[in-house]
Amino acid sequence: MAKVKSLAELKAMREKLQSTLDLREKSNDPDSFQTGCMGYCHAEPTIEVKCPGKDPIVFGHVDNNRADEILTKYVMNNEIVDGVIPVNYETI
Amino acid sequence: MHVLVCGGTGCQASASAQIIKNFEDILAAKGLQDEVQVVRTGCFGFCEKGPIVKIMPDNTFYTQVKPEDVEKIVNEHIIKGRKVTDLLYMDPENKEHVADSKHMGFYRKQLRIALRNCGFINPENIDECISRGGYEALGKVLSEMTPQQVVDEITKSGLRGRGGAGFPTGVKWGLCAKNKCDEMYVICNADEGDPGAFMDRSIMEGDPHSIVEAMAICGYAIGATHGLVYIRAEYPLAIHRLQVAIAQAREYGLLGKDILGSGFDFDIELRYGAGAFVCGEETALIHSMEGKRGEPTLKPPFPAVSGYMAKPSNVNNVETFANVPIIITKGADWFASIGSEKSKGTKVFALAGQINNVGLIEVPMGTTLRDIIYEIGGGIKGGRKFKAVQTGGPSGGCLTEKHLDTPIDYESLAAAGSMMGSGGMVVMDDTSCMVAIAKFYLEFTCEESCGKCSPCRIGNKRMLEILTKITEGRGTMDDLQELRNLAAVIKDTALCGLGQTSPNPVLSTLDNFWDEYVEHVVDKKCRAGVCKKLMRYEIDKEKCIGCGACKKNCPAEAISKTDYIAPGHKLPSMMIDPSKCIKCGACISTCKFSAISVK
Repeated sequence: MAKVKSLAELKAMREKLQSTLDLREKSNDPDSFQTGCMGYCHAEPTIEVKCPGKDPIVFGHVDNNRADEILTKYVMNNEIVDGVIPVNYETI
Repeated sequence: MHVLVCGGTGCQASASAQIIKNFEDILAAKGLQDEVQVVRTGCFGFCEKGPIVKIMPDNTFYTQVKPEDVEKIVNEHIIKGRKVTDLLYMDPENKEHVADSKHMGFYRKQLRIALRNCGFINPENIDECISRGGYEALGKVLSEMTPQQVVDEITKSGLRGRGGAGFPTGVKWGLCAKNKCDEMYVICNADEGDPGAFMDRSIMEGDPHSIVEAMAICGYAIGATHGLVYIRAEYPLAIHRLQVAIAQAREYGLLGKDILGSGFDFDIELRYGAGAFVCGEETALIHSMEGKRGEPTLKPPFPAVSGYMAKPSNVNNVETFANVPIIITKGADWFASIGSEKSKGTKVFALAGQINNVGLIEVPMGTTLRDIIYEIGGGIKGGRKFKAVQTGGPSGGCLTEKHLDTPIDYESLAAAGSMMGSGGMVVMDDTSCMVAIAKFYLEFTCEESCGKCSPCRIGNKRMLEILTKITEGRGTMDDLQELRNLAAVIKDTALCGLGQTSPNPVLSTLDNFWDEYVEHVVDKKCRAGVCKKLMRYEIDKEKCIGCGACKKNCPAEAISKTDYIAPGHKLPSMMIDPSKCIKCGACISTCKFSAISVK
């Protein structure tokens, strides 16, 4: 990876990366990764599912069976499953 | 369409299960079960107004729903598309019903600034960080601002040290910047040592680039080219993520030589600590990094004059650094508009203890304890009674019911006898004994005291001995006075922050729970039933049928037969010899007739 040379270049990079990330969120190829603490330790482990065109949803107390259920019901058929953790904050 | 019904503990206690059943029955009766799905959710954190029902996708938020309201919601809202106004949340200020949950004040209670990227980005991918504006603050200071302007901007924002003491960050940078030297250091204090606090770890694990970026900004502002992160080795994931972040930043030229073509050089190294509480104190931390014993030294000289390797150094906490980039991009005025008069911005708290929504929260300064505990934290577990909240860890104190409406900032917490600390917040209900809590924190301090100064090494030990005496029922009223005397001397004479603040848990419980201390000393009673030596197990001779199950199970042979036969029973009842009883509780769990109790 080439080095970033200036602020303008960094900003251009952000624009470009934003569109690739958007692409990830808009595309129908599922992708999963580990992120930082969402703060919902009372319902751990949690996963957040971002489906194209919809608000992200957090599911709590996930285990293997629940993960299967979320994939087959929510991701594939748009049925919400029990155990949604409601968002209770604003961010900048 | 989705109907979300809160299945949190609070809402379940007020019939949310019945509400779900009613929805399912009524929807099925109307043939709508395929179009409308009923979902049980986790706690909304708004238990005060539970049970909560939310209709998606239009975000309608119904509060205090009763099972009999369900039919109306189905008929009006789901079938006819009209909102049931009297069940909507009412804004307490303007008395208007709020239809869309996104406009409820409740959602404005938490504002995430330091945690802005935690849980949003993949922390091991610098591209995701850049896509959310990462490193632009560094770009801005390098290309558009002088070092002095950076210091001024941070000073103007009102940002204060998030490690607990609350020293103005900009002033600290300014003091360090004055001491020009060939070698200077930016040090990040990631030695999070309070029991129960994990906000710094979460920031490093969730958004390590914000720390890397902020340290480089600080380096530019004070004229340093070296950054050091002092992190405890027991945080392996945080260490790994920081290492990845630093390596990626170097690869992109955001660390190293000539950053963004500005001619400014900066690089960061990690230093591992062994997890001693005292090494969170900045002079002890610096000594530990130099390979010496982690012991504090008298200030002055402050690290800004003579720090790491006797060079000017600036030490800031992780959360403080996490706020820096966003202050630069959004401006000092924006940051200063959030929070209370003297404490600006937000504070991250780790909520723990007997509270429903244990977790990590971030609120603007000036939020009340009541809002945090009852609205964000969802209230006390099991619907029990709130007793106290401990803030500031071993250096802080216990606050009670009367402090619930205290706005949280550095000054008001100190005035109430506690302190901000790094942000641990432990909520306790009526099953906690405050004398035992004070003893717990003092045990921690005694364990962690470095032993360099006698007030801390010896004084705390003496205090712990007195507290142990009290919890074992051997305390006197003179002991309570002696605790206060010792506390005053330790506060005045200890060398570093650890020692000076160590009596706080004892003093604040003496102030706020004096009656409980007196009960322990005079009545030899522990009302919470925590202090074992003060407990007495008794058998109710009228209830005891004399089966002898307890006698068989008693490991101390403390139970024997009496010669009393209760009316209606055939065998003589049992009794416990208090001098032999070891208070293990084996008899209580054996008795099928609830004849044994703890007094």
